[in-house]
Amino acid sequence: MVTEVRPMSDDHDHHDDNAAHELRVSKIQDGTVIDHVRGGQALNVLAILGIDGTNGEEVSVGMNVPSNRFARKDIVKVEGRELSQDEVDVLSLIAPDATINIVRDYEVVEKHRVERPEYVEGVLSCPNADCITTGDEPVTSRFEVLPGGVRCAYCETIVREEIAALIDTA
Amino acid sequence: MRHDHLITSKQLSRADIETVLDRAAEIDADPEAVADRHANALLGLLFFEPSTRTKMSFETAMKRLGGDVVDMGSVESSSVKKGETLADTVRVIEGYTDALVLRHPKQGAAAMASEFVDVPLLNAGDGAGHHPTQTLLDLYTIQENAGLDDLTIGIMGDLKYGRTVHSLAYALTNFETRQHFISPESLQLPREVVYDLHQQGEDTQIREHETLEPVLSSLDVLYVTRIQRERFPDEDEYQKVAGEYQIDIETLEAASDELTVMHPLPRVDEIAPEIDDTDYAAYFEQAHNAVPVRMALLDLFLRDHGTGTGAATATDDAANGDGGEADE
Repeated sequence: MVTEVRPMSDDHDHHDDNAAHELRVSKIQDGTVIDHVRGGQALNVLAILGIDGTNGEEVSVGMNVPSNRFARKDIVKVEGRELSQDEVDVLSLIAPDATINIVRDYEVVEKHRVERPEYVEGVLSCPNADCITTGDEPVTSRFEVLPGGVRCAYCETIVREEIAALIDTA
Repeated sequence: MRHDHLITSKQLSRADIETVLDRAAEIDADPEAVADRHANALLGLLFFEPSTRTKMSFETAMKRLGGDVVDMGSVESSSVKKGETLADTVRVIEGYTDALVLRHPKQGAAAMASEFVDVPLLNAGDGAGHHPTQTLLDLYTIQENAGLDDLTIGIMGDLKYGRTVHSLAYALTNFETRQHFISPESLQLPREVVYDLHQQGEDTQIREHETLEPVLSSLDVLYVTRIQRERFPDEDEYQKVAGEYQIDIETLEAASDELTVMHPLPRVDEIAPEIDDTDYAAYFEQAHNAVPVRMALLDLFLRDHGTGTGAATATDDAANGDGGEADE
């Protein structure tokens, strides 16, 4: 479900943080701003979304910037691409507090929270070396998302910590 | 349930289990009645790991239903050796057969393979994962010897890697049971299994122990499994640990006279041969039960997929538990 709130400014910590932050992470014209990512997770956010710059996306990343909600937060801005709810829900695995701002013509027109999906597919690699998905089989990884962890739909291994380490970057 | 694939005992409801056990009991009582039920049907055997009992009992079961088997043979002599994926292998063999039985060293192999085939696929063991057909013959044996409700069972040995243990423990959550798990600390149930047992079984009580002695006298069934040497870094440590999980006549002096001792076999030295001739021993009976139970499974799955006589009414027959004798 998409939770929409009133449109607001792109960098909505703008009023709380000092102006220097805007210099570090500039506003975008059209695209998606992923805000309130836990400090240090920005690159994992890009990895889990499969954004590696090879498709020419214009991406800005701010890491460990001061925040009201957290001591430090990361922020990711993707120009020219509006991420769907399904695409961003996978972020709940590593950035459960993230907020997603859809920006058009420099204005935030939609704001969502990430929601925990039932399953994530093709995003994580199973850490169990004896799992059938770790070989050469033509199978897409699938994990059930549990409260506080994920579970391989094939070998049933549960992972509760360091889920970011499972992100399939291949 | 419609009998599409059998991957894990977690997919089995109490009604599903009772349907299979009832059908097995009917077949056990009158095997001649189903001797031609699946004439001309072919079962594909795909064993990527060694097997004696499971493979031979499936072959026996299929032949006693009037059908036949085609066997992939050893991995060494198959196209797997050339690097063929499991997904390709099962898609090829399904074109030759009416059902598949798969054993594979990788966990999740049967779940994955079932996504690539339309014929019924029965999991005969996937690494340390599941072995649901063994579970059904275990349940059949427990039902015959002790009953499945108000049951106190001790499951002892290698609980970490033992797929028969995981499958049996899941299935027993459908019944009112008290499950005691007895193992060295290093071979305790995987946390995933404990998580599932707590999720599944409202009426199931689960306790973990390092020794048999505190619970032995309360047990209706003691299910013993083999502790394998390769699980330990050296022979001394193996001998020290394994010795604590072996039983003999002296061990069982503290047990109820009604205790049933089971083992999925093969055993090495965890059950002393002197127990074989006592009333406790049910492990050879358990092994023999593999045939009627696997006959029942094959009958249900093949009939739901339209092979064999009376296929169209198979599901209703199964649901009613009447065994479908009208179709003989």
